[in-house]
Amino acid sequence: MMDKLITGLQGSKYAQAALLALFVALTCAWVFLMDKSVVAFLLLLSSLLLLHYTSFPTKIKWAVGGVMLLLVVPFATSGGASHEAYMEVATQCGIFIAMALGLNVVVGFAGLLDLGFVAFFAVGAYTYAIFSTPQATEFMSGGWLPLTGSYFWLFIFIGGFIASLFGILLGLPVLRVKGDYLAIVTLGFGEITRIIFNNLDKPVNITNGALGISSIQAPNLFGYHFTFPHQFYFIVIAILALVILCVKRLEHSRLGRSWKAIRDNEIAAQSSGIPLIRTKLTAFAVGASFSGMMGVVFAAKQTFVDPTSFTYLESITILVMVLLGGMGSVPGVILGACVITLLNLQVLTEITLWLNQLTMQGIIKVPHALSPSKMQRFIFGAVLILFAIFRPNGLIAARNRKVDEGRLRAANAPVSAKLRDPSGHGEGGSS
Amino acid sequence: MISDLLHSLPQVLVDGLTLGAVYAVVAIGYTLVYGILELINFAHGEIFMSGAFIGTAVMLMFESAGWLGAMPGWLAYMLIMAAAMLVTGLMGVGIERVAYRPLRSAPKLISLISAIGVSFFLQDLVRFIAELSTGSYLISSSTLYNDNLQLRVSKLGGSLGDAFLKTNTVILIVVAVLLMVGLDLFVKRTKWGIAMRAVAQDRETAALMSINVNKVIALTFFIGSALGGATGVLFAQQYGTVDPFIGYVLGIKAFTAAVLGGIGSIRGAMFGGLFIGMVEMFASANLGVLTSGNFGGEYKDVFAFAILIVVLIFKPEGLFGKAVKEKV
Repeated sequence: MMDKLITGLQGSKYAQAALLALFVALTCAWVFLMDKSVVAFLLLLSSLLLLHYTSFPTKIKWAVGGVMLLLVVPFATSGGASHEAYMEVATQCGIFIAMALGLNVVVGFAGLLDLGFVAFFAVGAYTYAIFSTPQATEFMSGGWLPLTGSYFWLFIFIGGFIASLFGILLGLPVLRVKGDYLAIVTLGFGEITRIIFNNLDKPVNITNGALGISSIQAPNLFGYHFTFPHQFYFIVIAILALVILCVKRLEHSRLGRSWKAIRDNEIAAQSSGIPLIRTKLTAFAVGASFSGMMGVVFAAKQTFVDPTSFTYLESITILVMVLLGGMGSVPGVILGACVITLLNLQVLTEITLWLNQLTMQGIIKVPHALSPSKMQRFIFGAVLILFAIFRPNGLIAARNRKVDEGRLRAANAPVSAKLRDPSGHGEGGSS
Repeated sequence: MISDLLHSLPQVLVDGLTLGAVYAVVAIGYTLVYGILELINFAHGEIFMSGAFIGTAVMLMFESAGWLGAMPGWLAYMLIMAAAMLVTGLMGVGIERVAYRPLRSAPKLISLISAIGVSFFLQDLVRFIAELSTGSYLISSSTLYNDNLQLRVSKLGGSLGDAFLKTNTVILIVVAVLLMVGLDLFVKRTKWGIAMRAVAQDRETAALMSINVNKVIALTFFIGSALGGATGVLFAQQYGTVDPFIGYVLGIKAFTAAVLGGIGSIRGAMFGGLFIGMVEMFASANLGVLTSGNFGGEYKDVFAFAILIVVLIFKPEGLFGKAVKEKV
């Protein structure tokens, strides 16, 4: 009975569409009507996962997903007083997805384990923080400082650029080092970055040390100020769309295939003429730039940065997202980032509140030490071990694109063959 | 400036030697495991931390049972060390069995990730237990051998200052040296030591020579972890306070020591540990003086990491290691 239903669903796109629409409508109504329901919000977001598994053409999936994120989610959450709370979570999700996608380029595609990835996020965040506050005047002179919020849009790219520059600077010496050494060296670099940000308030006050930089300018688009999470949500979605587009295009490009070749066998890749250092450096630079862009958004959203946001735990959190979702798999990493962020921000705090209530009512006694909101390390550690052992490909395993041999032959055959089959693209074409 | 440096030098040397001894023994744990599995055992820092906690727990137990006054200090010290070494040794074996052995043929990246997972898991597990039983994860205990000694170095030369140390510091250094010498003898002279070296050199051939590879690897983990645990006890006795996160940074520095000396080389690890300890203590005491207050001791950790990076780039085989050519 169940099997029949499932096969029936797989066969009919209309049934899938109807089911999806019903699911979205129900969860929407639930989110809209309830004041604050984490479960409903999670279900609403999981409709995107459902969408991933439907058998629509990719373009339609993207269009539906875009409509969902741009219209349905903001509308559904606007019902109650917790609109901003929902949007805050969604914005955080977006930020972490972009970072996880960045790390996925480094770890998943190129196979380089980077344990200090949050350093690039910090670089992006500090870039905007320093120049949009009077902090910059501490070590620079010029009437143009501090910059106003309308430079935010420029800084998204400057932040990304500077982060990728740092990625290259870090990569140049580090990438001569082999696999597992690389992990520990990047870890060291992450720590050095944090220590430097933490102490660079003397001799020249650049980062304001452990106090951090506060009252960072809100983004400003022709006089419209972005201060609330529901406004940042759209900025994040826009950047995320750009990042996903980049990653999707890169994945099957010449560069993306070189990364995977290096990951699978460095020596073989090198002997096939792939420039090792340059390819690895690009992976570092691309991954770092995504992180840097989101760092700028993060700084503007929090209006405050300090070194405690950029610890080793954050780097590992991003790694957990990538591993959980599936290394090298773009939909997987998006899912992983969402799951971990929601777990961090919503599920764990909700369970903690609930347990506290039960403790207050005297039903059960949960010691403070076991409060779930403090259990991140425990959970992340367990996830890392269990997934490494039992499911190293993650929740949604990466799939290599199938190569249609006949079409390839047709494309690479002499010109006469090409003339006969005008639709034959090269291997880089879409299929 | 020079006189300032000279004045603090004796104290820096003593402190550097103490810290260096800790790094050296922990570094041996990394080197043993890396030599045999080619895996950075990220959990080793946490094993060290667990050792410190177990030592402290046993100490507190002795105290509350009133046994501490009843038995001589050296006996209590030895019992605590033995308990910590046994438990951490078994922990090491368990970790290898659960988290590393299933992944022995998997890509390196996956085993590394599993190792990081174990490290995080242990940090929080220890925090749970500590917080559940005492209410705080920061645990202090009474320490044995607390009397202060003064080395009157100032009599030797005009500008040298005196150095102060606890009796426990002497014990720490002596025990660390004993552990290292014992291990060196074990690996060089005994049958099991030869088996360990054989497995490290070529696992398959060793298996053909009727060496039980799994058993040897488990033994390696036991010894490395027990050494780490013992150092944890020494550390807890030296500094009095432990928390679940001491293992992480200390672990990286000890790993740096292992890399500096040449990974896989036990004597290299000893040298590397002492070197890193000295540099760190020198930096934390004198960085402020040398840069006239612009950069202070808070940059001391940067030195360990910078050494790691420089060594890996220019001499990845370390000072005492042999360069390995990669075969296709």
